[in-house]
Parts: sequence; structure tokens; C-alpha cells
Amino acid sequence: MNSLRKKLDKLKPHFSKGGRFEKLQSVFDGFEAFMFVSDKVTFKGSHIRDPLDLKRTMTVVIIALLPALLFGSYNTGLQHFRSVGIDPSLFQAFWFGFLRILPLIIVSYVVGLGIEFIAAQIRGHEINEGYLVTGLLIPLIMPIDIPLWMLALAVAFSVILGKEVFGGTGMNIFNPALLARAFVFFSYPAWMTGDNVWTEGLTAGKNIVDGFSGATPLSLCAAGEITKLPSFMQMFLGFIPGSVGETSTVAILIGAVILIITGVGSWKIIAGVFAGGMGMGLLLNAVSLNAYMELPFYYHFVMGGFAFGAVFMATDPVSGSQTEKGKWIYGILIGVLSILIRVLNPAYPEGVMLAILLMNLFAPLIDYFVVQSNIKKRLKRAKVALKTSVK
Amino acid sequence: MDKKEKEPVFSAKNLKLLTEPFGKNNPITVQVLGICSALAVTVKLKPAIVMALSVTIVTAVSNLVIAAMRKFIPDRIRIIVQLVVIATMVILVDQFLKAYVFDVSKQLSVFVGLIITNCILMGRLEAFAMANKPWPSFIDGIGNGAGYGLILVVVSFIRELFGSGTIYGYPVLEKLGLYKTGYENNGMVILPPMALILVGLIIWFQRSRDKSLVEKQ
Repeated sequence: MNSLRKKLDKLKPHFSKGGRFEKLQSVFDGFEAFMFVSDKVTFKGSHIRDPLDLKRTMTVVIIALLPALLFGSYNTGLQHFRSVGIDPSLFQAFWFGFLRILPLIIVSYVVGLGIEFIAAQIRGHEINEGYLVTGLLIPLIMPIDIPLWMLALAVAFSVILGKEVFGGTGMNIFNPALLARAFVFFSYPAWMTGDNVWTEGLTAGKNIVDGFSGATPLSLCAAGEITKLPSFMQMFLGFIPGSVGETSTVAILIGAVILIITGVGSWKIIAGVFAGGMGMGLLLNAVSLNAYMELPFYYHFVMGGFAFGAVFMATDPVSGSQTEKGKWIYGILIGVLSILIRVLNPAYPEGVMLAILLMNLFAPLIDYFVVQSNIKKRLKRAKVALKTSVK
Repeated sequence: MDKKEKEPVFSAKNLKLLTEPFGKNNPITVQVLGICSALAVTVKLKPAIVMALSVTIVTAVSNLVIAAMRKFIPDRIRIIVQLVVIATMVILVDQFLKAYVFDVSKQLSVFVGLIITNCILMGRLEAFAMANKPWPSFIDGIGNGAGYGLILVVVSFIRELFGSGTIYGYPVLEKLGLYKTGYENNGMVILPPMALILVGLIIWFQRSRDKSLVEKQ
């Protein structure tokens, strides 16, 4: 680490004002800040700096994502070997899946960070760590077989039109990772729907054994084949086909605990999403017009991306609600809408992505009303206090 | 009529009327008018071109007619009079399209009829034709229709190329052998939201080139 520091110090003058690579200053700063704690101090005004900066926050989320990523690697391999009728060892399945996920992660980071670097140069901004989490989230919510150029295009779309247009990290209206998924979902629906895309190699039709369909629990539900659903435990542990990181609710819950303990993710939003999903699930149970509606509400928590969306997507501090009361409203509405879209809209078997994107749009409005109602309440209290003091 | 006028037919002022709608005063990207039809008819190049021509003709001729009778129109009922003129023109154009390019007319469906409610038309009549002589009004109509058409053609070119892989119906990408490499058409480009995004990108591009368009904060 010391030698790296020395090297960086030696290089620094070249990247400072008047140096040879003056234009690349933000790139250098970005690397330096990534490797070492920034030595910048404030000169005016408040002198207290919270050590929990963007870099720290992003690192915590990455750590929280690791269980889902590791399990996703294993499950990708497992589903593949199941489809060809081999019973793999733990390591065999993990290694196979890991090698298949690696290109997705590399493409996501290279394209996304590349665009961020260029945008920072054009605007003269500092490069920040905003893309680190998005770059890992995107591969985790994609089907494993997605062609890499589509992934690259989706990443470019979400970073340019979802983030840079609005002013970069921290200014985006929508969750960039979900925007990338929505882009693929609407642009190339053949790669995002159906039973074949969720297991490695199924689209190519490699020797599939009989009885393996590759159908996800949600597509089974949408097709009305509720009886064929895997057991609750199996879905909870995550040995089912699906997007890379979303299948295992256990792995996601470990991530949720990390996020909540460190205070990076809002427990109110997570609890709100689950509460909303539960409420909507119970309501549908009460109406119960078909077999899907009769499905117990807790099944919805372990199917598809519900848990993943609640823990990693809805809690995005930029696109979510900021006020404490607003977080509850925001979370509950996401839960309600997710289940509503899932069960009642035959065109979209999964509703979490659309629900979160929609609520992203409404988050500022929710905050506005929460703040306004608080102002009104306090104004009223002040008036009452004034009256009594006059008397 | 032109020779009796004091100024030449294509004086600098008139030329400006013709060229300004292409850039500084574009009806779609600067005035943000006529957006709905721009989203609806730009999936393919052909209907977009037909639509652009129709709007240009209707705008130009109604501008001419209204400018010619601007002194006789009572102020109170001027909107009704303008609408009657526009509606007449639109019906003529609609009948013409049905007679000669029936397939395109089918694709455009209600949007030809909806030219009547296109904000560009009413805007030009109210803002320009009611206060100017027929010839400049005619030029103004041509310019605005063409400025509208330019955006339509650009957007529909991009949408047809990436959404259907063709240019004016010619399968370019297939001939280039792009599909064999695993390329696929983008389904989102065909959806109306993408037209909105494209128009937004054009506005972005235009504003970054011409800073005078950016509002002072």
C-alpha cells in the first residue's frame, strides 16, 4: 500500500493544474479517492465531516450483495446441470455459474464506468462511486443467457438517459439498475420472458432432459399451474430458475440485515414493501376469484424479485422517499402494486420492477405532501399556543 | 402580386421566415407544439413523410387564406373562422391521400383528421397570419410545416432503422447481414415513449449547440 501511495504522489503533479494530463485530473482523483481516504478538509463553515461518505455507503451495499451473488453463481450452475441431467458437486456448480456471470459483471462495469468517466471529463466533475453498486446490481437482475451487447446497450441507456441527463450520481429520478432491466424488458422481450431464458443454455436448446421446463414460479403462476409450484422452502432457499441474484430469499435477507444494521438501507422501506405485499396478498385471498388469488401471501415474498426489489432496489436513497413517513407510504405502495400487477395483469408475470419504477416517480410527490402536512400541523399548534398565551 | 409589392419576393425577412423554423424557432423542439402527432406517426419513414407534407400544405394554404381575409374576420369569431378554413383543408388533404396513397392513409388513420387540432396550425394562424400579408404568411406556413416535418423525418428514420431494421421499407440491416451476427431489432424504439425520448435528445443536442435557446436561471 505504501509503494502505491508513493507512486500516486509521484504522479500527482502531472494531473494537477498545469500538468501534462490536466484534463484527466478527475480520473486520477477518482482512483486516489477509491484507494485512499480523501485528505480533503473543509475550510469554511461546518467542519464536521461524516466518515460515512458515498464510498463507504457503496462498499456496504456491495458487501450486502455478496451473499446473493455467491448463491446466484451456485444456482446458475445448478440449474444448468439439472437441465442436462447431471448432479453437480457444490464447487462444480459454483464455478460453472461464476464463469458465466463474470462476463456480465465485466461488461456492466466497463460500459457503465466508461460512460461515467467520459461524462465526468466533459462536465469537469469528480468521478464518484455511484456506479459501483448499480454495476453489480444490473447483472444480478438479468437472465443469465442475455447477449452481452444487449447488456451493454441497456447499461449505456440507463447511465446516459437515467443518470447523466439529470446531472449524474444523486440526481437520477429512477433507479438506474431497474431502468436497465426495463430497457431489456421492453426492447428485447424474447430475452426477458418465457421459460427458456432463465437457465443457462436453454435457449440454445442444448440436450435437455425430460421433465425440466425451466419455468420460474411466477411463470407457472401466470400460466395458472399453481399445483406445479416448488415447495415454499425450496423457493425460500432459492433452488429455482430466475434472474441471477434474486432466487434465494435467504441470501437476500442476509444482505438486508447488513444494510439495516449499518443504517445504509432504510428498514422502513423494506418493512413497508413487505407489509404492502402482505396486505394486498390478504385482500386478494379474501376476493379469491381464481387459484392464483388464493395463493398465501407469504408465497409472493419468495417468488421472483419481490425480496430483492424490496431490499436492494426500493431502498435506493436517491430515487426513494426521503422523509420518514414518506418511506412507509412509498414502501407500502410498492408492495401493493407489485402483487397487484403480478396477479391481475396477465401481460406482466412480475410486477416488482414496474412498481418500483412507478413509485420512484412518485417519491418526490410523497415527500412534498409529508412535509406540507407537517408544516400545517406545526402551524396549527403554534396558533393554538399563541391563542392560549394571549388569553 | 409579388411584383407590385415593394419588397422582393424572397427578401431577407421572408427568407428568415422560411429558415428559422428549421433551427432557432422549430415548432417541435423549441415551441414544443405538435408533439402528439410526432409521437404517433413516426414509427416508419413513409407515413412520417406523408404526414409532414400534409401538415406543410395545410399550414401554408390556411395561412394564406386567413391572411388574405384577415381584415374581414370579426375579432370575436376569428377562432371559428380559422377552424373552418383548417378543417376544409384537412378534409381536402384527407380525401387526396385516400385517393392516391390509400395504404399510408390507413396507417395514419385518425392523425390526418387530427391535424385540425395540431397546435402548430392554430399557433401560426393566431400569431402570424392574422397580422401579416398573404405572401409572408404563406412562406411562414411552409417554413413551419417543413420544420415540423424535419423533426418527424429524423425521428422516424431512427425509429424505423432500429425498430424494424429498414429504411423507407428497404431491409438495410438484413442486406448487411447484421442479423446473422446475433443483432435484434429493438422493440422499445417502436413504442411511443421512445419517440418522446428521441425528441428529448434532439432538444438536448440543439440546446447544447445553441446556447441562446437555454433559459436564463
